[in-house]
Amino acid sequence: MSYELVGITVLWIFLYGYLIVASIDFGAGFFAYYAKQTKQDHIINKIISRYLSPVWEVTNVFFVFFFVGLIGFFPDTAYYFGQTLLIPGSIAIVLLAIRGSFYAFENYGSKQSSVYMFLYGATGLFIPASLATALTISEGGFIEETSNGVRLLTGELLTSPYSWSVVFLAIVSVLFISSAFLTFYANRANDKPAMELVRKYMIFWSSPTIIASLTTFIAMSQHNHRHFEKMLDLWWMFGLSVAFFLGAVFLVYQRKRLGLAFIFVMFQFFFAFFGYGAGHLPYLLEPYITLQSSVTNDTMGLALVIAFIAGLCLLIPSLILLMRMFLFDADYVKGNK
Amino acid sequence: MMEFDSVTMSRMLTSLTLAFHIIFATIGVGVPLMISIAEFIGIKKKDANYTLLARRWTRGFVITVAVGVVTGTAIGLQLSLLWPSFMQVAGNVISLPLFLETFAFFFEAIFLGAYLYTWDRFNNPIYHWLFSIPVVIGAGMSAFFITTVNSFMNTPQGFELEGRTITDIDPLEAMFNPATPTKVFHVLSSSYLTSAAILAAITAFIILKKKSTDYHKKALKLTMIATFFFAILTAIAGDLSAKFLADEQPEKLAAGEWHFETEEGADLILFGTLNEDNEVENALRLPNALSFLSHGDFNSEVVGLDQFPEEETPPLWIHYMFDLMVMLGMYALGVSFLYIVLSKLKRWNEHNKWLLWLIVLNGPFAMLAIEFGWIFAEVGRQPWILRGYMKVSEGATTSPHVEWMLLLFLGLYILLGVISVRVLRKLFSDNPAEVELEHRYPEVDQRGVDV
Repeated sequence: MSYELVGITVLWIFLYGYLIVASIDFGAGFFAYYAKQTKQDHIINKIISRYLSPVWEVTNVFFVFFFVGLIGFFPDTAYYFGQTLLIPGSIAIVLLAIRGSFYAFENYGSKQSSVYMFLYGATGLFIPASLATALTISEGGFIEETSNGVRLLTGELLTSPYSWSVVFLAIVSVLFISSAFLTFYANRANDKPAMELVRKYMIFWSSPTIIASLTTFIAMSQHNHRHFEKMLDLWWMFGLSVAFFLGAVFLVYQRKRLGLAFIFVMFQFFFAFFGYGAGHLPYLLEPYITLQSSVTNDTMGLALVIAFIAGLCLLIPSLILLMRMFLFDADYVKGNK
Repeated sequence: MMEFDSVTMSRMLTSLTLAFHIIFATIGVGVPLMISIAEFIGIKKKDANYTLLARRWTRGFVITVAVGVVTGTAIGLQLSLLWPSFMQVAGNVISLPLFLETFAFFFEAIFLGAYLYTWDRFNNPIYHWLFSIPVVIGAGMSAFFITTVNSFMNTPQGFELEGRTITDIDPLEAMFNPATPTKVFHVLSSSYLTSAAILAAITAFIILKKKSTDYHKKALKLTMIATFFFAILTAIAGDLSAKFLADEQPEKLAAGEWHFETEEGADLILFGTLNEDNEVENALRLPNALSFLSHGDFNSEVVGLDQFPEEETPPLWIHYMFDLMVMLGMYALGVSFLYIVLSKLKRWNEHNKWLLWLIVLNGPFAMLAIEFGWIFAEVGRQPWILRGYMKVSEGATTSPHVEWMLLLFLGLYILLGVISVRVLRKLFSDNPAEVELEHRYPEVDQRGVDV
């Protein structure tokens, strides 16, 4: 496998990792706020903070890892995305900054305040929406290159059905993934009321998720026919994705094997995300950047791959340790430690 | 004109983010080491005072880590958003250390979570202490990797540039460029120094305002000895850095020292002002000292600004930054030395009011020295973004909206700054150490002694 293919695969896996862990976090923020508004916060807030407190910083690193790696493997992306994403990128940074620091202020600092809960809940939906912009513009049609540099066609972006369906999909997926995880986690903690509450959320958000996936598919066929065709060639991946979705909803509906249900949700998004990504190639940003044109030179490519493997040897055992202590340690999850 | 505005605005926004980030980054590098030392002493001496010290420092540390993480993410993204052309070119060469830095950060994040939530989990406390080691190492490694990137921008090597095409890349040569050893040494030692100085300042302030307990006296002793030790290391690192500049980046040293003409036996200029004709007034001249500082020989030749075209020399005001940084560094060394001397002499009281106030001042002074030092280092390589290869004006974004982003981030940093100070104050004033010590470790004998 060539360096560029190794590079993009690694990065896509990390972006997928971020999609899952960040969704849990972002959705939890929204549910915490919603539960407070409906006076049910005493039921689920303990569960949420027991999971999030030890891992929120790790979630953030997945994202940093992705964009640093992207620039490393494909330095041209820095130029095109950097020039065009100044405003959405800056807004995303500010939202992430408010969310991350306020989380720490509240959880390690003082008491809960409702302003904080609102910000925490609202940013949980705005961040995925603003980050999704980067994926949207990578489809092409939203930026133009002139002699002065590259600029974002904001008007086109704001009036495109495709960009709005991506935003919608991002938001509902976040809520769906998060509630699926929390259902599993609450069940593990033997916390019946919490489990029942988040289970309801999960079932509620399942239909918008599948509808949004379909509308995004349709909008894609209008916006970028090439990509759409390539995704049709990979129909089996999307078929598997739908099958795992149905399996997950069925298990949660039956209140059975909730851990497996969450793994199904992970597979659902894995196949959809990789089907989408594979169809996107060879372009990273249509029509300006392709995988081959933008790749860093071979020496650096090799150095990055070596660094990546060495890094994984360090990370995977550490992550397993972290998960064993805080995710799979029944005593911790139940609140006995 | 629009182009120029974007460049100025991009520089301002980058400076703003970095100036804010380094406050938290410095604490992030240095405080874990102090926490780890305190916990280790606590375990070895079986003294709950030190364990509590580590616990309380950790609690405050988490708040600063959060701000450090989010501002670090901000600068990471801003590099590409504000300097897209620079990142397109340099990204080919510096991606290895940038990539490795995120690994170090990942490693630190994982174990910080583990450290925070396992205080009472193990029967043998040494297991918990072991979790602090990867945090200390991870913090130090991220500082190391990111500093190599900055060093590369000062003394780029390990590649060939033809137009905007980079060839012949040697990632390790780029990472271990001539500036790397001295810069890394100086960054690490000064971060440890500043963190120790800040923790000492907080302790001294509490002793002044309330009463001094065993807990606070032990905290002061530990932090002041650490300050002294790291101040010596920082001074050595600073001296090596000056010698490095004389060899590899003489225009930065010459501008910082107002050394206009190349000569042997050059004088060191302390303080002073420049008049309209760029003549030095009101300065203290140390004969031949600059030669000694540069090459360890009072009569060696020091390259002056006359060797460089005027459009390639940094602004002369960086002289003040250099002087301030060195003075504040010396202050830290002096105060901590004084504390140690007084504590060794039986006749004197190391907790006298005047000394405590000097220690309180030393905390903010050390952080200011970090800021001044970075301003000197960064403005000192103007007009280059990649010294000798690319000027700052060629690297910036062409987007016309940077000024709005500047306002947006200014607002963000004011908000984060104000709230983190308030949260930190509340965290400790609501729960004084004496109360927590009695509550958590009732077996410890507390002798509260008034100053």
